[in-house]
Amino acid sequence: MKKMSGMRWPALLALTIMGCASGVVVAQQSDDDIFAEYREMFGDDNPAELIEWQGEDLWKEARGPKQASLEQCDLGLGPGVVDGAYAQLPRFFADAGRVMDLESRLVYCMVELQGFDKAEAAAKPYSGRGEEPSALEALSAFIAGRSKGTPVAVPQDHPAERAAFELGKQFFYLRAGPHDFSCATCHSQSGKRIRLQALPNLTASEDARKAFSTWPGYRISQGTVRTMEWRMGDCARQQRLPEMKFGSDVAIGLITYLGVMAEGEPMDAPGLKR
Amino acid sequence: MRTFGWVKCVGAAVLSTALVSCASTAADAQAQAPSFDDAVKSSFKERGQAGMDRLNRNAMQLACSVPADQSPTGDAAKAIQEQAQARVVFPADGEYFGDWKAGEKIAQTGKGMQYSDDPAEPNGGNCYACHQMAPDEIAYGTLGPSLKGYGKLRGTSDPMLQYTWTRLWNSHVYNVCSHMPRFGDAGILTEQQLKDVMAYLFDPKSPVNQ
Ligand code: HEC
Ligand code: HEC
Repeated sequence: MKKMSGMRWPALLALTIMGCASGVVVAQQSDDDIFAEYREMFGDDNPAELIEWQGEDLWKEARGPKQASLEQCDLGLGPGVVDGAYAQLPRFFADAGRVMDLESRLVYCMVELQGFDKAEAAAKPYSGRGEEPSALEALSAFIAGRSKGTPVAVPQDHPAERAAFELGKQFFYLRAGPHDFSCATCHSQSGKRIRLQALPNLTASEDARKAFSTWPGYRISQGTVRTMEWRMGDCARQQRLPEMKFGSDVAIGLITYLGVMAEGEPMDAPGLKR
Repeated sequence: MRTFGWVKCVGAAVLSTALVSCASTAADAQAQAPSFDDAVKSSFKERGQAGMDRLNRNAMQLACSVPADQSPTGDAAKAIQEQAQARVVFPADGEYFGDWKAGEKIAQTGKGMQYSDDPAEPNGGNCYACHQMAPDEIAYGTLGPSLKGYGKLRGTSDPMLQYTWTRLWNSHVYNVCSHMPRFGDAGILTEQQLKDVMAYLFDPKSPVNQ
């Protein structure tokens, strides 16, 4: 882990300020141009790094009624194995009897290892505007960061893993709500955009790879790390659906579907997002 | 009531094919796996103005919940399109045009009907999310065709006004699985708002036609 350089604080500050103005700036220029500029300015200095460190501290800290750390949490590659684990999630966990993504698995470990109440651990998965990152956001940033460079390999061995993929794929095309939108309305053609925001074609491997491998991501416009479940839920909000429940079958199904579509892409999260 | 007969008929046909195909592909998966609809329902919760009823799909939504190349064709498509046509409501006073300036705001506003939106505010039409319109507005999306110069290019004949009103009311009349929202049919925009948008498309003074 690199240590904090003197340069990084002003950079972070500038990024935050530009983030606030982005709604205005972005309307004048293509999104992609602006983010190419941001990326050039900050290079490897993704402001998510700060949050990754917070996540690492949380991982190691004795917390909850049992005053235990999460270090023995099994993310799929065995208790305590963090490196490369994110690239193989969601997956079926025999101990829980279901397919879990990183976020629902973390809640499981908070309950089992640390003794937290389940409802409490999952009550507020995403931080509000201007708040500190939530425990799940910080932990996700840290754990996903430890898969950097590992090719995505979301397993499809267990029947429940295949069922999750099918559910996600079927939901991707589900049209509902007053606007009749499906995920496919906005994400099944290449080279399209909404206003100036480029729309990834998530039914094609090239865009699906890029999308999956860069979440969780640092959202410049929100000044914090957002997770893949947040991304699913926020697109469902734009779809005019009711609230997609955290850790739900549809959320995990969609993430499984996207992960399988992204097979082989080296993880590069947390990414830098609008 | 004939028209509603169509809905049930198409809906039932689609539902049964969906069940059949699920049963065969997921047979190896989980024996007592919940149905797709149950899994969907249990994955959402009501929030603000977005109630659980939004997950109940009508015949068109059911039939169009497939990749584009599997959209219904033949009689199945015809049934949906005729049903859509039968439900179009034309302006009661025969007047198609409102105020283009109000129409411009509607075309630019993306808010409306999300649980994060204030239900007291009027809904937007968000036309710019998908269409180019006025030539000097560069923040336009490309899911739909360009509507630049719409009125200037097409004129204002009765059939053209009827066609455009119908498009806005329920685009599925012309394209069975259109991805344009049913602004009139689904109650997204009011009759007055639709008239304002019509004026924005057709008025010679509207920026769309400059
Ligand atoms: C009304 C259009 C719309 C719908 C419907 C929609 N999305 Fe999105 N989606 C977007 C936009 C716009 C972005 C880019 C957002 C941004 O830049 O902030 C996006 C971003 C994403 C991303 C991140 C891509 C990346 O490279 O960072 C994923 C993944 C995604 N959507 C998945 C979905 C899924 C799954 C659904 C269905 C549950 C869905 N979307 C429904 C418009 C939509
Ligand atoms: C989610 C994307 C979307 C939105 C939002 C949308 N449209 Fe469309 N629109 C389309 C698509 C796609 C088509 C192409 C025809 C089709 O697929 O049915 C279309 C077609 C049209 C047409 C017919 C064009 C022709 O060449 O005859 C008109 C007129 C139109 N739209 C007007 C509007 C107006 C006005 C609004 C805002 C009130 C609007 N649209 C909002 C997607 C959209």
